[in-house]
Amino acid sequence: MQLDDLLERIKAAHDDHVPLRIRGAGSKDFYGGMLAGEVFDVAPYAGILAYEPTELYITARCGTRLAEIEAELAGKGQMLAFEPPHFGAATLGGCIAAGLSGPRRMAAGGVRDFVLGAKLIDGTGQVLDFGGQVMKNVAGYDVSRLLAGSLGTLGLIAEATLKVLPRPVAEQTLCFDFDAAESIAKLNEWGGRPLPISASFWFANCLYLRLSGAQAAVDAAIRALAQAGGKPIAAVDAAKHWISVREQTHPAFAAATLWRCALPSTAPLSSDDSLQAIEWGGALRWYADAPDGLRSEAAVSGGHAVLYRAAESKRCLDGAFAPLSPALLALHRRLKKSFDPKGILNPGRLYAEF
Amino acid sequence: MTLSDSVFTTDRAALATRLKMILPAHCLLTEDEDLRPYECDGLTAYRELPMAVCLPESEVQVIDVLRTCHQMGVPVVARGAGTGLSGGAMPHAQGVVLSMARFNKILQVDRSARTAVVQPGVRNLAVSEAAAPFGLYYAPDPSSQIACTLGGNVAENSGGVHCLKYGLTVHNVLRVRVVSIEGEVFEIGSAAPDAPGYDLLALIIGSEGMLGVVTEVTVKLVPKPELAQVVMASFDEVARAGDAVAAIIAAGIIPAGLEMMDKPATAAVEPYVKAGYDLDAAAILLCESDGTPEEVAEEISRVTAVLTAAGARDIRVSQSEAERLRFWAGRKAAFPAVGRITPDYYCMDGTIPRKRLAEMLAAIAAMESKYQLRCANVFHAGDGNLHPLIMYDAAKPGEWARAEAFGAEILELSVALGGSITGEHGVGIEKINQMCVQYSAPALDAFRRIKAAFDDKGLLNPGKAIPSLHRCAEYGCMHVHRGDLKFPELERF
Repeated sequence: MQLDDLLERIKAAHDDHVPLRIRGAGSKDFYGGMLAGEVFDVAPYAGILAYEPTELYITARCGTRLAEIEAELAGKGQMLAFEPPHFGAATLGGCIAAGLSGPRRMAAGGVRDFVLGAKLIDGTGQVLDFGGQVMKNVAGYDVSRLLAGSLGTLGLIAEATLKVLPRPVAEQTLCFDFDAAESIAKLNEWGGRPLPISASFWFANCLYLRLSGAQAAVDAAIRALAQAGGKPIAAVDAAKHWISVREQTHPAFAAATLWRCALPSTAPLSSDDSLQAIEWGGALRWYADAPDGLRSEAAVSGGHAVLYRAAESKRCLDGAFAPLSPALLALHRRLKKSFDPKGILNPGRLYAEF
Repeated sequence: MTLSDSVFTTDRAALATRLKMILPAHCLLTEDEDLRPYECDGLTAYRELPMAVCLPESEVQVIDVLRTCHQMGVPVVARGAGTGLSGGAMPHAQGVVLSMARFNKILQVDRSARTAVVQPGVRNLAVSEAAAPFGLYYAPDPSSQIACTLGGNVAENSGGVHCLKYGLTVHNVLRVRVVSIEGEVFEIGSAAPDAPGYDLLALIIGSEGMLGVVTEVTVKLVPKPELAQVVMASFDEVARAGDAVAAIIAAGIIPAGLEMMDKPATAAVEPYVKAGYDLDAAAILLCESDGTPEEVAEEISRVTAVLTAAGARDIRVSQSEAERLRFWAGRKAAFPAVGRITPDYYCMDGTIPRKRLAEMLAAIAAMESKYQLRCANVFHAGDGNLHPLIMYDAAKPGEWARAEAFGAEILELSVALGGSITGEHGVGIEKINQMCVQYSAPALDAFRRIKAAFDDKGLLNPGKAIPSLHRCAEYGCMHVHRGDLKFPELERF
């Protein structure tokens, strides 16, 4: 598949007013609002275009599988530091469009923090290049990062450049017997100390804490945290554990209806027994069959709640994402219109209104 | 350079009357002698007197000023401390300067959440000072951090020595409160790790005051490392120093700072700061490591080994905090030091892939003879962000024009080498023509549509950052994609 094939399809859809549902591997079909339009399979547009380990970037086509990218990076001791979930065969385009990050997010940053550039095909079939391959580029509006989490509503992310980082030399996971409230308190306390924490996960009164970095830094942190009761976990088990968290195959994510709450890490904990897991230093909390008022409670705390996994009918009825203020919604509509004037790209996937 | 892109005709008397109705006398300047201090920012080569300067003290006043300007069709240029280097805060002759200098309060420092809520007129360094008692600091550290404000940092997506490891402003700001030109207030981002909808935070940061006026910023604070140490290495060839930078990254090390100075730069600063630089070296590298003492010791030994293998002629490791600061003093004082040896200098700001460093420096050397001007180079080697300092004498006829052309050629070469026309100073008025070189016509058009989505009358900082189609055509660099020219019926050139 060539770039021209992609833009011809979008041009035709634009001319004929046909909604398109952009799809890579389909690993995140469960996520977001309505799935509307003709399936536009972009997975065949794949392949790594450039990888410069000493420049810390990789450029690839949207259909390139994350697994392929990560294997290439591993060969040079590097990684995608935001640890994106694969959910099977996730592709680069879908990874950026969904904007989901994994366990390392609080330490390293999220998808948007690693997007350096993108080749976008807008809703009229024009090719637009934004950003580039260098670390620092402040020329023009930062559209590449805006695309992270836009769920394909602003255009097809045909190619993208991501910043990559070296893999840490040493890693060790500790486990603490803490309840949820204690975990949140400790994570906020530790977060203010220069400890090499690269991930945290609370489930069933156990707090897992991953330390990554130079061997000396990890060793020093283990000594510092020993008095808090951290027990080391075998490397093989720890690796499996973090993959199960990243891929959400861990039992904590098993509920049929799953809510994702992003909050300030210090937000008070509502003592609800539907709380399943806590990630990201206390800032990401997962609930099954949310208690009433979860969305407004999250908003009061300064965060938001996503109806992450549920029947499509429920997602369409309640909205997958927290509603926007009228002023922000109007702005979103104008932005959407500026990239996709006829509203043909993934309509309703982010918000029912556009 | 004038802002010919946008034509506005403002009735000065009517504007003053309206502004007097919404601002107390001490918040409004309208007399020419009072306006004079605002005629330029850090890029003093371009000056313009505005019609009025507003110094609001509350968000309500900001809203009122913007609403008034929107109703009257008057351009507005927001301004922080005016330390910007690309003319981003240069006033518009028909417009108002909205100085946010009085929004200078740190509203909250939350030790547990590791965040600070500040007003846009707060100085960058003041945030770290307020966080210091908790063992925290604000990581982005532009060289002007003692004076520059957070609002300006947000507008320009500022970086600094530490951004290789800790990121730019865009990586360290969690939330901003913004007033639109129509006087509507938006909350963008949040204290949570993400927010619903589009990542407007990414769009606002670095938008050079063209999308809205920031009235409040929530920033992320990070733990202060226990220790920092610097390795100073000197090289006989610039290319070797460039290769050493790549070798450090290839070894899996992301230093806290990785800076380079060429011989003309060290020659300029050494008599000024006496940092102990190797004056015979073609280039010196400063590589900082931070973290726990164990971590720093490990990293320093690895860096030293890499630098030795890369052919460093001399390596020194700072043995005390005083020595670390002395090693940095030269790099930090490079600008004033160059200012002592030349009547004027023009600081450029381009980014290139690191591997093209030697090529770029050779090209700059050739440009020195072509334009008959000297140039010293200091740069953020770790992320390929160059700051060539072109020396000239404004009093000599033709020298400024040559310096400007020299700078433009460096920027255009940066793009040709796969980089960007600006790494941290912004486009402003200075590099607006080169935007036509870096971006295609359709991408520039997308920028204009984004601008219109926020500011349909084009009143916020007009003529900056995003060039008009007309301007690109005039500059003679309009990029035409496959002959697909927008508005082909228009006459050009």
